[in-house]
Amino acid sequence: MIRASGPESLLIIVPAWNEEGAIGGVVRSIHEHVPGAPVLVIDDYSTDSTVRLARAAGAAVLPMPHHLGLGGCVQAGYKLAYELGFQYVIRVDGDGQHDAGDIPRVFERLKSSGCEMVIGSRFVNGGNVHTDVVRAWGIRFFRAVLRPIVGKTVHDPTSGFVGVNRAALDVFSRSFPLDYPEIEALVVLQRRRFRFEEVACKMHPRTTGRSSITAVKSLYYIAHVLLGVFVNVLKYDRRRRRKGK
Amino acid sequence: MQSLLNVITVLSIFLIALVLLSVRRAHIRVEYSVSWLLAATSMLLLSRARPVLDYVTRRFGIPDTPLTVFLIAGSVFLIMFFRFSVIISHLRDDNIALAQRVAILEYHVQSMKAEGE
Repeated sequence: MIRASGPESLLIIVPAWNEEGAIGGVVRSIHEHVPGAPVLVIDDYSTDSTVRLARAAGAAVLPMPHHLGLGGCVQAGYKLAYELGFQYVIRVDGDGQHDAGDIPRVFERLKSSGCEMVIGSRFVNGGNVHTDVVRAWGIRFFRAVLRPIVGKTVHDPTSGFVGVNRAALDVFSRSFPLDYPEIEALVVLQRRRFRFEEVACKMHPRTTGRSSITAVKSLYYIAHVLLGVFVNVLKYDRRRRRKGK
Repeated sequence: MQSLLNVITVLSIFLIALVLLSVRRAHIRVEYSVSWLLAATSMLLLSRARPVLDYVTRRFGIPDTPLTVFLIAGSVFLIMFFRFSVIISHLRDDNIALAQRVAILEYHVQSMKAEGE
């Protein structure tokens, strides 16, 4: 059972789908580096022992009634965190690629900067890089696409290591991209004039399971996200024009 | 040309019968059957109205009457597919929102049970 306490209450959410090989270690590592912060594993209808192992490692689990996909799964966590009154939420992936040792830094920046969102980035100073060629090209491409939209360079737009404050939580619990959420979420925030910063983080290579984005899916991913980005841009521009009238 | 129109007539009648049967057996909801019935009836009427097809062919400068039939049939079904895509998208959004709500309520119920114990 998790409970928000104090004006700086932090919840760590971990979306997971068939991550039995990594989830226990991820939860234990979070407890080790951020003692006292509750961990909520959002299980996207895993067919393996993810739920049992997450609970055994000391996490609360929010099991989905059927497979929703990453965005739906993360949004469920945001919704619950918002309802429970948490001020900050940091998302860490369940595959063990994110280093829990970086969570305190993301949290500190979230509190000190006043930004609505802080991204744990592999590509700003101090971060190390473990990514395949296709993904690296995709990241470069989306950097170029996002730059004129968000007004600055997003070094690691596909990072799933993200911290948000309550204002962003409010927005995301009502509206969150469902399929490949990271990049579109940036546009959603920017259109509301929210700010974000990047913090250098370490990234470990995946040791168990498979990435949901394979090389074959990459082209579909690029087309899908690109369309989502432009739909979001147009949607908010239209709303703004309507308000201006 | 006449044999093509006859085939379309038969297919339209078959489609109407299939849709009605499916509605009767509750395999398809009435509101979704309306689109199919409208499309099938339009194709049926069109296939029995050769002068109309010839007029449309001449009016729009289409080189061949069978092409007109395929263009009209294609347009009708494209509109239907688009409509169903809109419906499916709404259903998917609703489904995800419901699943999230169920999961969150389940979580609250379990928490209350744990508190009570």
